[in-house]
Amino acid sequence: MSMNNVGRPTRPEAANDAPAGHETLTGGRGLLQDEALIFELDGWNKTGVDLPEAAAPSDDLAGLLRSEPIGLPGLSEPETVRHYVRLSQKNHAIDLALYPLGSCTMKHNPRLNEKMARLPGFSDIHPLQPTSTVQGALQLMDRLAHWLKTLTGMPAVALSPKAGAHGELCGLLAIRAAHEAAGNGHRKTVLAPTSAHGTNPATAAFVGYTVVEIAQTEDGRVDLADLESKLGDHVAAIMVTNPNTCGLFERDVVEIARLTHAAGAYFYCDGANFNAIVGRVRPGDLGVDAMHINLHKTFSTPHGGGGPGAGPVVLSEALAPFAPTPWLVHDGDGFDLVEHAGEEGAKTAFGRMSAFHGQMGMYVRAYAYMLSHGADGLKQAAEDAVLNANYIKARLKDVMSPAFPDGPCMHEALFDDSWLEGTGVTTLDFAKAMIDEGFHPMTMYFPLVVHGAMLIEPTETESRQELDRFIGALRALAGAAKAGDAERFKGAPFHAPLRRLDETQAARKPRLRWKPVAAAPLAAE
Amino acid sequence: MRYLPLTPEDRVEMLGVIGVKSIDDLFVDVPASARRDKPVDLPHHVGELEVEREMAALAKRNRAAGEGPFFCGAGAYRHHVPATVDHIIQRSEFLTSYTPYQPEIAQGTLQVLFEFQTQVAALTGMEVANASLYDGSTGAAEAVMMAQRVTRRNKAVMSGGVHPHYVETIETLAHAAGVATQKMAPAIDAEDAVIAAIDADTACVVVQTPNVFGTVTDVTKIAEAAHAAGALLIVVTTEAVSYGLLKSPGEMGADIAVAEGQSIGNGLNFGGPYVGLFACKEKFVRQMPGRLCGETVDADGKRGFVLTLSTREQHIRRDKATSNICTNSGLCALAFSIHMSLLGETGLRKLAALNHQKARALRDALAAVPGFEILTPRFFNEFAVRVPGKAAELVETLASHGVLAGVPFSRLDAEAGLDDVLLVAATETTLDIDITFLTKLLTKVVGQ
Repeated sequence: MSMNNVGRPTRPEAANDAPAGHETLTGGRGLLQDEALIFELDGWNKTGVDLPEAAAPSDDLAGLLRSEPIGLPGLSEPETVRHYVRLSQKNHAIDLALYPLGSCTMKHNPRLNEKMARLPGFSDIHPLQPTSTVQGALQLMDRLAHWLKTLTGMPAVALSPKAGAHGELCGLLAIRAAHEAAGNGHRKTVLAPTSAHGTNPATAAFVGYTVVEIAQTEDGRVDLADLESKLGDHVAAIMVTNPNTCGLFERDVVEIARLTHAAGAYFYCDGANFNAIVGRVRPGDLGVDAMHINLHKTFSTPHGGGGPGAGPVVLSEALAPFAPTPWLVHDGDGFDLVEHAGEEGAKTAFGRMSAFHGQMGMYVRAYAYMLSHGADGLKQAAEDAVLNANYIKARLKDVMSPAFPDGPCMHEALFDDSWLEGTGVTTLDFAKAMIDEGFHPMTMYFPLVVHGAMLIEPTETESRQELDRFIGALRALAGAAKAGDAERFKGAPFHAPLRRLDETQAARKPRLRWKPVAAAPLAAE
Repeated sequence: MRYLPLTPEDRVEMLGVIGVKSIDDLFVDVPASARRDKPVDLPHHVGELEVEREMAALAKRNRAAGEGPFFCGAGAYRHHVPATVDHIIQRSEFLTSYTPYQPEIAQGTLQVLFEFQTQVAALTGMEVANASLYDGSTGAAEAVMMAQRVTRRNKAVMSGGVHPHYVETIETLAHAAGVATQKMAPAIDAEDAVIAAIDADTACVVVQTPNVFGTVTDVTKIAEAAHAAGALLIVVTTEAVSYGLLKSPGEMGADIAVAEGQSIGNGLNFGGPYVGLFACKEKFVRQMPGRLCGETVDADGKRGFVLTLSTREQHIRRDKATSNICTNSGLCALAFSIHMSLLGETGLRKLAALNHQKARALRDALAAVPGFEILTPRFFNEFAVRVPGKAAELVETLASHGVLAGVPFSRLDAEAGLDDVLLVAATETTLDIDITFLTKLLTKVVGQ
């Protein structure tokens, strides 16, 4: 056993390069077995929950009751546990190995935060209980808000957005409301760099704005001259990610803000990459008017296989009056909530982002994370995240091609695919081969400004030993690609629960649910 | 700091490998004006024990629902969640994985989503469902936007029975997108009143059953009226357990069904995170917001699952996307799906019947309290009561006696002139002694 494997969790990944003649008789591979759908387990009359008998519904509901079967199977508790545990073993996760998805900040999720979120005083309270009975919850929200405002150097925060994109929506709605209040409703254009996350243009379009792209310079940053030429009194806002999606800090950010404000527009910052600068740089000092903070990235609330997230938005003085309800207010008697736009205390609020008060479960986890780190730990985390990314870049630059070789990167290292030229291997092939080596691939083909982009974000919670193991694997793969071993890549993955999946067929003949009448099985095309 | 694996020696050596002297050399691109010499003014890091103490002190200042009699609903419901659910959602592979963009190593999450979509489609009686949205209210707003895309019309009509927070969420998004909204006045039992407002500009009609007052309505007639005018019917449900007893939106002719799924598998959590259920007719699938998981095969012909039809989504289509949504409510959808798998159809039907039975017992008890009037004619597990005086004051008084008696309607809508209306809910967690205690206390308090 090599040193690199010491202390790693074992994986039920039996090698399938067994000698010929040792295929299993039942088709599975040791611990790695196919798992039927719950609809295929014959549980039509089963239940795994013991409930007392209930009386028949009252006559009040005559004619309103279901007459047909719903079509839902049930399972006993042991079958349920087994079904989901077997499924879980087909997933890669942070707890297994480095998960270097650029722009996603896949850092360790401390279990203390999970424990805190499950205290009944947080998990078992109703959003519409009298506020006198939830003073601790409101105080936690107030403290979280204080940390967010202090870390960003911004005077106000709207906590309620439920995700990063929801935060973008909140920020743009505040900007829109501010323009309308000032009689500038005609400003309907949003400028965003080509390298922006897809959510930026999507959000702008969603609130009725037209998106115009800003060019990028040779060194991966906003082209100031192009920005200046596109600003004007038709522009409502710019949306710039900083550090940007190329993993670079926008050197001219102060000038970007100055130009934007001079043109009467607002500066929306996509805060997806705040982890790189938290505790070291305050966006408020850069001239930002609104920025969402992904609590599931920077403050480590679990990604959960795709949500739930949380995306509070910090706001400048100019935008604060337009924040959505609910607002937290504080007086001698404690905390209270202002819950409706237009009422006393929220006369200028633009509206409401969702029912209730936002993602309390995420607030608790994020606040526990903040307390654990403190101001010093957050700053150290940002520095280690940047150090880890630069270390990867430094140790791979001789075998792969960094998209922006000059100068440091921030929290993520971006490579293009020019180093694969002539090998017949694509970014996708390379990513799939990483799976065989036990790593989740990096973000691929994003940002769009780099050909065949590979965006690697290690985060601060990776040890040097894990980084070295990862770097070793990538160097070995790069060597194999350049040595003409294209087959290793073209067919990859060979060692995952499944081989490469046919995404084209999935889109051409959508099957979005199980159906009782079996359709003809799909075949590999 | 316990979460940071790098040692001081590692840091020095790594800076050497990079070829810089200090960490500051990696932050050279930050403008001088924004560099900070001193740390931000926030506390220093602490150990687990200190965090637990601080959090416990905050948690203690909240009255947990389980501590005593509790009758709050209005869009968030207290149900019993089997222990298995919380155990499974805390498994590393579910908790600490990302969106399943690499399907070969995300089959766990993907198969769960495929099962979830099938369960949601069955419950709502619709043809297809997505992999979830943030919650019910944002789902309702997305449904209105979807109706605008499908019909190319710009008006949404909302019944007076739609939860006021949902109305506000819809109005906020609709206003920005140029969709006019017309809302009927709040009314206990008048979902049908929307019919009169349907015209040739109407993109959709939004109704809720059981509505915010608890009233259950057969909306078939509204569906017919909407379809006759070329509009879509959106049916909102805030209590997913009701699907176990009542006619589904699909059975009544809904085009889009939206629900809050919190009741199944998820705790109250002071309002979030929750899980939005979103289902529609198959012909509208390409206008649907959010993620979709679909079946396919791998290179060896084995069945597998992938995220699909993503050309609708922001990461592909950018400013032409159906929605700006990037995430779903994955872990909450998993909790929903596990709880649903445990219940099965027999369990869900029983659970729904039990909820209805408890609510009837509560109604009978409250009907006997002097000065109380039951307002909701047909309900599932929640109903409205007219109380003497202001409901908000009554709730505050009862809270001081350790009882959370319900949600005053004025908390949801202070303008409606329904200050004497109280919304009360009962679920399988409601005990008979809770009901007895509530009515005794009310009789005493009202009599004073």
